[in-house]
Amino acid sequence: MSLHQFLLEPITCHAWNRDRTQIAISPNNHEVHIYQKSGNQWVKSHELKEHNGHITGIDWAPKSDRIVTCGADRNAYVWSLKDGVWKPTLVILRINRAATFVKWSPLENKFAVGSGARLISVCYFESDNDWWVSKHIKKPIRSTVLSLDWHPNNVLLAAGSCDFKCRVFSAYIKEVEEKPGPTPWGSKMPFGAVLAEFGGAGGGGWVHSVSFSSSGNRLAWVSHDSTVTVVDGTKGSTPSQLKTEFLPLLSVLFISENSVVAAGHDCCPMLFRCDDGGSLTFVSKLDLPKASITRNISAMERFRNMDKRATTEDRNTALETLHQNSITQVSIYEGDQRDCRKFCTTGIDGAMTIWDFKVTDTHRHTETHTETHTETHTETHTETHTETHTHTRRHTRRHTHTHGDTHTHTETHSWSGSLISCHHIGIFLFFLK
Amino acid sequence: MAKNTLSSRFRKLDIDEFDENKFVDDHDEAVDNQGPDGAEIDNLIRQGDMMTAFHIALRNPPVITKNPAIKERALAIVLRVLTSFKSSDIEPAVKSLDRSGVDLLMKYIYRGFEKPSDNSSAILLQWHEKAFAVGGLGSIVRVLTARKTV
Repeated sequence: MSLHQFLLEPITCHAWNRDRTQIAISPNNHEVHIYQKSGNQWVKSHELKEHNGHITGIDWAPKSDRIVTCGADRNAYVWSLKDGVWKPTLVILRINRAATFVKWSPLENKFAVGSGARLISVCYFESDNDWWVSKHIKKPIRSTVLSLDWHPNNVLLAAGSCDFKCRVFSAYIKEVEEKPGPTPWGSKMPFGAVLAEFGGAGGGGWVHSVSFSSSGNRLAWVSHDSTVTVVDGTKGSTPSQLKTEFLPLLSVLFISENSVVAAGHDCCPMLFRCDDGGSLTFVSKLDLPKASITRNISAMERFRNMDKRATTEDRNTALETLHQNSITQVSIYEGDQRDCRKFCTTGIDGAMTIWDFKVTDTHRHTETHTETHTETHTETHTETHTETHTHTRRHTRRHTHTHGDTHTHTETHSWSGSLISCHHIGIFLFFLK
Repeated sequence: MAKNTLSSRFRKLDIDEFDENKFVDDHDEAVDNQGPDGAEIDNLIRQGDMMTAFHIALRNPPVITKNPAIKERALAIVLRVLTSFKSSDIEPAVKSLDRSGVDLLMKYIYRGFEKPSDNSSAILLQWHEKAFAVGGLGSIVRVLTARKTV
């Protein structure tokens, strides 16, 4: 797990290139900054300045290496790298409100833009006229579209919007693709057809984020009423909703067919598990508070505190989580949606953190260094399978529960004078069978 | 001064009603609940069976109806049950509820906060503390975002 603080401005949105050596972020203004990884540092390599309003969405197509950005100026641009410079191409979206979200389709021949104009603009490249054309999906969206996700078949599009509903649309464009085969969500898919609609019915909140699983059979979304919902298209259309006791989550992502990671106003990514029956359970928070260390404040720190905060006390106002403000986006860093090994979060605190995630089937592990073990999940889920496994751990508590364990390892380094700082690296081992 | 600034009749118009894009919530056709039965609750309180009174009071919440009279009546009954609880009994009562029950209880607690009476605030704060321990911030967020309110 590593945190990198870009700037103090919030990171509105981010996108990675294919080999994760470059990241495009928007520091809450009209520009996109592209940072290149060099060693352990991130160096700014490009600034994309074309938008007249705040950037609200960035997506980087991994194979064709094109970036699409959308902003509050009701425009979207497709950027291509030519001779080391990113050149923009305007896309006429024909919307009269701000764009809120943009995503390339899996085959990268089209992209979808959500907007405050209560519609989705699906754009594809028309080679005859050499420009991008947009088609609108309007009905039955009643309010701002907040989030989109494409189904792996390149045709279906899930949209979460402020009218409290999550819908699955067909974005089939006959000019650029073949007719798709039938899916669990439906078989007739003319452009703009609603294949499924969930939520609303007098309850619920704005749907902040939606995510298809890698097979496309499952759809997860998070809503402003602090709930996470998953529906399995192959098992009928009753969604399984989990009412959490946390603040609302803002971003959700499938990191394996059975696991969902979501993060939001609690500044902490959380793991949920969706079992084969389709029901959703909370597993644990993935950011564990640092083990408390007694620190002696050095003289240098006292003077620094006096300078920064006009106080000499060690009154710590920092949050216990790594992120100091809400997390707005979760993305896959290493692996793919079937089996993700690392994921990345960015938030309003301007920091980007990469988290390790391991799914392992081996139940035997030995810990060779001292650790502080904290149980962060509640034992309220029912296990229907029996496993025999042994843990050997060097601490006094012994238990044989069969679900996930979280371990924190604390290391202390000291350098340059009397500063003592503490990193903690968490490796999360989950036994999923 | 021009004459057309004298009339203020336009201020009584609700301009949002005329907006053609106005969001109208899904109309729920289900017949709504009428709220708990006052007489039954009174009986149980007199007998001292607070737990049963509590569970019955939380049944049939009038969430869908727009009729304020029904909602006021249900609220009054629930608040009567909540204020007659002893402090030590609050925690087991909250523990006996499921997730949606805790959310519903939170809704009633916040409605009770709206119109404080002599000693209702103190006991409601104790209820709030116990319900918060189980439901967390999420239950309060669901009170704020709910469109079907008690």
